[in-house]
Amino acid sequence: MNIIDKRLENIKRLIAVGGGKGGIGKSLTASTLALTLSKLGYKVGLLDLDFCGPSTHIILGIKGIYPKEEKGIIPPEIYGIRFMSIIYYAGDNPSPLRGTDISNAIIELLAITQWGELDFLIIDMPPGIGDPILDTIRLIKRVNFLIITTQSKVVLETVKKVLKVLTELKVPIIGVIENMKMAHPSNAHPEIMKFNIPFLGAIDFDKSIETSIGNVNGLLKTNFSQEIKKLIVSRIS
Amino acid sequence: MHEYALAEAVISTALKESEKEGLKKITKIKLKIGELQQIDIDTFKFILNEVIQPQSSIIKEAKIELKTQDSGLKCRVCGHKWTFKNTAKKLTEDESESIHFIPEIAHIYIRCPECKSPDFEIVEGRGVWIDSIEGW
Repeated sequence: MNIIDKRLENIKRLIAVGGGKGGIGKSLTASTLALTLSKLGYKVGLLDLDFCGPSTHIILGIKGIYPKEEKGIIPPEIYGIRFMSIIYYAGDNPSPLRGTDISNAIIELLAITQWGELDFLIIDMPPGIGDPILDTIRLIKRVNFLIITTQSKVVLETVKKVLKVLTELKVPIIGVIENMKMAHPSNAHPEIMKFNIPFLGAIDFDKSIETSIGNVNGLLKTNFSQEIKKLIVSRIS
Repeated sequence: MHEYALAEAVISTALKESEKEGLKKITKIKLKIGELQQIDIDTFKFILNEVIQPQSSIIKEAKIELKTQDSGLKCRVCGHKWTFKNTAKKLTEDESESIHFIPEIAHIYIRCPECKSPDFEIVEGRGVWIDSIEGW
C-alpha cells in the first residue's frame, strides 16, 4: 500500500468532496470544482470513488474515453481534467460490492493510477461514513475534505456525524457548503458553526442545473458554477 | 503495462518490510499471483527484474519466485464454491480484461453458477501478494 504515497506524491492538493448523504450535490460540486479549476489553468484530476453510484461522468458528459496502459494506468484527459472512474471497467453495469471489495478496489485503483503532476486532485466521495471514507483517510494521507450539506434536518444530522468523525480523526476540513438552499433563514449555518469549521456559504437551489447535466458549457454558465467559483476556488487556489 | 505498477508496488512493499525487520540483504522474495488477476508469469518476472535494477543494493540480487494461486470463489447466499476458471470462458475479452485491472470487477460480470447471485466471496487467488521475504 505504500506505493500509493508515491503515486500521489506529485499532486499539490488532494480534496475529497463528501457529506454523508446521497443526492445533496457532492458529485455536482466535485465535477464543477474540477472543471472550474481546469478552466483557470490548473492541472486537475478527478477521481470518482463512488463505485456503486458513479455519476461524475454523467455530469460532465464523459463517454467513449479509456485509460492508457503505461507503467500503470494513465487517466485520459477531457476538458483538461485527468479523469478516473470505475466506469472504464464496469461500464453501465451495477457494481454490487461489499465493503471489503470496495476497499480492495480502492487500493488497486490508487496503486495503479499514474496521475503525474497535478495542482489538484478532486475526489468524489460516495454517501456514508463506511469503508470509502475510512480508506480515503487511511490511504490518501494529505487529503482535505470539503463537505456539502443542505438545510434539511435529515441531511444535517448525517453531515454532523461526518464532521464528528473527521474532527476526531484530525482530518483537515476546508469548510462546509450549504447546497440547494430554499428557505431563509436556514438552520445549516448555525449548526455547522458549532463545530468551529468554516461555513463557506450557501448556494440557492438552481433550477437550471438539471438541463445542464452532461453539458459542460451549460454547467459553467449556471449560478451553481459561479457560486462554486466564488465560495471555494478563492480558498483553495 | 499496468503490471509495471504492480511490480513497483511489490518491490516497494518488500523494501519497506525488510527495513522493518532490519534486513541488510534480501535474498529471496516469494510471490503469489492470484488467478483472478490473470498475469503472465514470465512477463511479470521480466518486469520485476527491470524494476529491481535501479533499486538499492539491499534488493538487487534477490531471487524472485512466482507461483500462481488458483482462485476460490464462494457464494454468500447458497454456499456454492467454484473457481474463476469455471466461469472465465463465458466472459468477453473486455470483461476479462477489466477483472485483470481490478479483480473486484468480477462481481459485476460473474454470478454464482448455482443461484446466480453476485454476492460471492473471493476466498483466494485475488491479486498479487508477497508470500515471504528471505534475507539477512
